[in-house]
Amino acid sequence: MRRLKAPNAFIPVIVAFSAWEVASRVGLKEAILLPPPSDLLWTFLWLLKGKEFLWALVKSSLRVLIGLSLGASVGFAFGVLMGLKETLDRWLSPIFSLLYPIPSLGWLPLLLIWLGPGEGLSVALIFICSMFPVLYNTLTGIRGVPRELLYASKVLGASPLRTLKEVLLPLALPQILTGLRLEAGMAWRVLLAAEMIAIPTGIGALMWKAESLMRVDVILVCLGVLSFLCFAFERSFLWLERRFTRWR
Amino acid sequence: MEVRVEGLENFALKGVDLTVGEGEVVALVGPTGAGKTTLLNAIAGLVPYKGKVKIGQNPIDHLPPERRQVGYLFQGLALFPHMTVWENVAFGLKAKGLKGQALEQRVEEVLELLRISHLRGRYPKDLSGGEAQRVALGRTLAPWPRVLLLDEPFSKLDLRTSKYLRTEFKRLQRSLKITTIFVTHNVTEAFEMGDRVALMAEGKIQQVGIPEELMFKPSNDLVSRYFGGPNVFECRSFTPLDSGLAQVDVGGLLLLVPYTGKKITRISFLPWNVHLSKDPPPGPNVNRLMGAVEKVEHDPPFVRVELTVGPKRILVEMEEETYNHLGLRPKDHAYVVLPLRAIRTLESEL
Repeated sequence: MRRLKAPNAFIPVIVAFSAWEVASRVGLKEAILLPPPSDLLWTFLWLLKGKEFLWALVKSSLRVLIGLSLGASVGFAFGVLMGLKETLDRWLSPIFSLLYPIPSLGWLPLLLIWLGPGEGLSVALIFICSMFPVLYNTLTGIRGVPRELLYASKVLGASPLRTLKEVLLPLALPQILTGLRLEAGMAWRVLLAAEMIAIPTGIGALMWKAESLMRVDVILVCLGVLSFLCFAFERSFLWLERRFTRWR
Repeated sequence: MEVRVEGLENFALKGVDLTVGEGEVVALVGPTGAGKTTLLNAIAGLVPYKGKVKIGQNPIDHLPPERRQVGYLFQGLALFPHMTVWENVAFGLKAKGLKGQALEQRVEEVLELLRISHLRGRYPKDLSGGEAQRVALGRTLAPWPRVLLLDEPFSKLDLRTSKYLRTEFKRLQRSLKITTIFVTHNVTEAFEMGDRVALMAEGKIQQVGIPEELMFKPSNDLVSRYFGGPNVFECRSFTPLDSGLAQVDVGGLLLLVPYTGKKITRISFLPWNVHLSKDPPPGPNVNRLMGAVEKVEHDPPFVRVELTVGPKRILVEMEEETYNHLGLRPKDHAYVVLPLRAIRTLESEL
């Protein structure tokens, strides 16, 4: 029996969109509740003409980038320090073990009171969401470097800084990048929820506003753009991961 | 440069004294857990210790590993997986501050010395066991170490590659005249590689000497047992034959042994160089004796078999797998084969 060839990735997407288009056009679902994809294209162009959509998109993207960068940097720094200094690890690990399991959105009410519904809130939420996973991935990555390699580096005359820069970090990098890749998607999810609940600007807030106006088309376009953005983030980190781990 | 270790103590070492002369190779043998690797780690400054380590006239105890100028070839090789062969070899030189043409020239020199120039762009994952071994040795030699520490460097290679690399290493060692401590668990390898052999057990050096000293003049029971004590036989008489051989009479057993023209007083052979077989083994009927299994001692992963051969007792050691394959039990009869090259003769009193 001949086996079916795996399709090009675009084919299932095109088939799904075509089915959706047909279902909407033949009236299986009212157009106002499920507008056909071809109409969404027009909505997208209409949204691009106005400033609100682009502004919301830019704001949300900046929040993710800033929050993720800060969270990842601090998480990375703690991960490196805890990986290198056992005493520091023993002091901080119990505290972080208590904080890490709290879902990022659980912090929302507290942060809302402390910081108010502004930029600080969104950045703080994404910071919390991304810091811990990057910290633990960095720590695991550094601890996973075989002791013999560190010994070899020392005996070959490398200073502790050179050993960190040329042996520890490059070898821990795959683990760190995997953590970042997974967290980039999570940061978007957390931000969206926060913008829907507590922050009056950004793509989440725009979707919430569209819901009150029954603009399913706007909601769907926003979802589509979000899907693309998350995909782009994920792919960028995947590219970085491959770029820096050719030796594996 | 001479290496002198005095009273080294730590969690695994119980007062180690050892002197390795300039350009000498001392092969360090001993059972698992004897402290061999810990001794190398202490010399390299990788583990804490009490005592003194001197290279030449200078104590190096206060120096961190990166300033001891010791070359260390680890058992697992420890090649940096994210660096190419060239980068691995260059690592120690860069750490020393070498740059530009001087760096390139030295790396190329080492690659050529080890005959690995063609591998320069490869990552460790793309190297065979033997190639990786040579790259690791190249990386160790590149920064001109004062002393070389080798921790079971050939243990994970197949017999043929291991033999080839041992020869290669001896060639290199002779040309570079670098003081070396070579750790191995294989006594045959130790005898082949070392100018002298040191037995380490229970955290101490038990005896250092040439193979004949260790086999025929063991300083204690431990050394005697390790180097096949029961397999040392007084030679009653010997008859020189042609082509560098002599027939010796050791308490009623007639054996062919290597002969250099001097009086043979004793002979010995290591327990793991003796072959056993239930059926008549193929090949010429030389040093083939019939014996009976007296005692079997399991010491995983090895098995020691004691046989009565005529009036003598012979100890044979083999891997458990080989023993199971032979299917020998106490009281069974077996052929004992002593390869000529495995027999050491004592030609005069030490």
